[in-house]
Amino acid sequence: MLLLWLVVTVVFVLARSAPGDPVLLIVSPSASATEIARARTRLGLDAPIAVQYAHWTRGVLRGDLGTSIASGRPVRSVLADALPVSLYLGGVSLCLSFAIGIAIGAVQARRVGSRTDLAITIGATAVAAAPAFWLALGAIAVFTYGAARLGFPAALRLPAFGLHAPAGAPSGATWLLDLLRHSVLPLGVLTSIGAAGIARYARSALLDVVGLDAVRAARGRGLAGVRLAVHVLRIASPGLMVLFALTLPGTIAGSVFVESVFAWPGMGRAMTVAILGRDIPVVLGATIVYAAAVIASNLVADLAQPLVDPRVREASA
Amino acid sequence: MSAARRSTRVAMIVVLVIAIAALGAPLFGARAPAAIGDVIGGRLLAPFARDPTGAFHVLGTDRLGRDLLARTLLAGRISLAVGIVGALLAGALGTGVGALAGWRRGAIDRLLMALTDALLAIPRLVLLLLCVALWEPSLRTVVVLLAATGWMGTARLTRAEVIAARGRPYVDAARALGAKSNRTLWRHVLPNALGPALVATAMGVGSAIMLEAGLSFLGLGVQPPAASWGNMIAAGRDVVVSAPWVSLVPGLAVVTVTMCATIIGDAVRDRLAGRRSVSP
Repeated sequence: MLLLWLVVTVVFVLARSAPGDPVLLIVSPSASATEIARARTRLGLDAPIAVQYAHWTRGVLRGDLGTSIASGRPVRSVLADALPVSLYLGGVSLCLSFAIGIAIGAVQARRVGSRTDLAITIGATAVAAAPAFWLALGAIAVFTYGAARLGFPAALRLPAFGLHAPAGAPSGATWLLDLLRHSVLPLGVLTSIGAAGIARYARSALLDVVGLDAVRAARGRGLAGVRLAVHVLRIASPGLMVLFALTLPGTIAGSVFVESVFAWPGMGRAMTVAILGRDIPVVLGATIVYAAAVIASNLVADLAQPLVDPRVREASA
Repeated sequence: MSAARRSTRVAMIVVLVIAIAALGAPLFGARAPAAIGDVIGGRLLAPFARDPTGAFHVLGTDRLGRDLLARTLLAGRISLAVGIVGALLAGALGTGVGALAGWRRGAIDRLLMALTDALLAIPRLVLLLLCVALWEPSLRTVVVLLAATGWMGTARLTRAEVIAARGRPYVDAARALGAKSNRTLWRHVLPNALGPALVATAMGVGSAIMLEAGLSFLGLGVQPPAASWGNMIAAGRDVVVSAPWVSLVPGLAVVTVTMCATIIGDAVRDRLAGRRSVSP
């Protein structure tokens, strides 16, 4: 909460230190001098800076983020429309990234030093180094246009734009199927980058654990296969939890680009559209919502730490 | 030689080759890449094609008939420079802030760390987007903003190192010999505390190049006609089906360089970690 207040303060300082009169950003370019003066009074921009700051902070903490210039709607409702889309994209992709990334890391840790290990390491480094928007363009070229031209089976012809087919929203199962088909490419792009990054860390985190006496003891007791893997993962889980904090910003950055390329009406797209339209209130609001999301998920990860790590539990008890 | 060292060597060679090719692009035949010639006859040629004037294009041409190899190399000059300068500035700023906070402690420390925590809570891309929304996007803005949004991790690391170094006997020794506080910090503490900052800066080059590409892709970074890998990928966006090479070539350049930067950064980290564990 303190951190969120700091973020709100920093955003306020940044917004006010930018060049240009803030009123001119908010009124229409053709406004007359009296209109500008009126807007200044209405927005409280003629008040002392401390008063403005108090006003802005109070507004943000109450959930009032101002009014969008482009649409005239409250920023809050603009973002409320966009947030579920981003949460769906980011959340699902984050879960898939963790599952796939840890599985890949585990495969590598089992065959450490082998050709497979090396090949996967190179592959993961390359995918983790690829810009999300570039992979997204490639995916569209191959699975949308290429699929149509080269006559791929219908299951591989995937739509590239939006959340749903434009032909209106059918109900129930067709609606869900349509959403899933539209999700394959964006989720696939975001997940492959996330999973590649996680695999790189998971490999070394698991290798650290595999050498431990506890794992040798478990092997000696006759644990093997899935049960051994569960054992190793449990020991490694505190290390893997740390990954969460490292992965989240990357996922958010990726989702901004993925939403922009695939035209998903999420937060990232709302923000980039707002920047191009110089709709500053929406940009400020989106920044604060993103920061709040990061703070909240780090908090959850911190709170979950004792659940997976008995040592933390002991220490705090 | 281990696989890791071999791949580090390959990565360094690849980066060097790309950097030299980009720097020397005007020398070997990247003739007037911004000049637009016969647009109708020469545009969107596939790789290994000749245009109507008979000029050969190894990687094909873009929608204005400009040679893609030449443009990719010239864009590399900007993308590499922005990435490296941005990361170096961020590293220097982070080291300075971290050293100041760790050395002075007290109110300055609390203030700087509060700022660091607040900026770290905003994802870096979002912070960058916020800043380009407030300031005019241009080459200089992008470099400044990459530095302004990339110093927080380095600052934290340096601060921790400096605080750890404060208690070492050599600091007392320097003080006992009459060294001023600032001199102790600059000449004795900081050189010993620089390791993690170096690693973070090396790692930062890759992400700076990637972020520059991202901003330019969204039209918020380097502005055409100046070429950067990001705005070249964006320029190929509309023709990704009919002429995929327009986006493919600069994208591969970004992937290659970022990948090499990661590998080299890992190697620097392992090197420093190894040295540290040898000498207590």
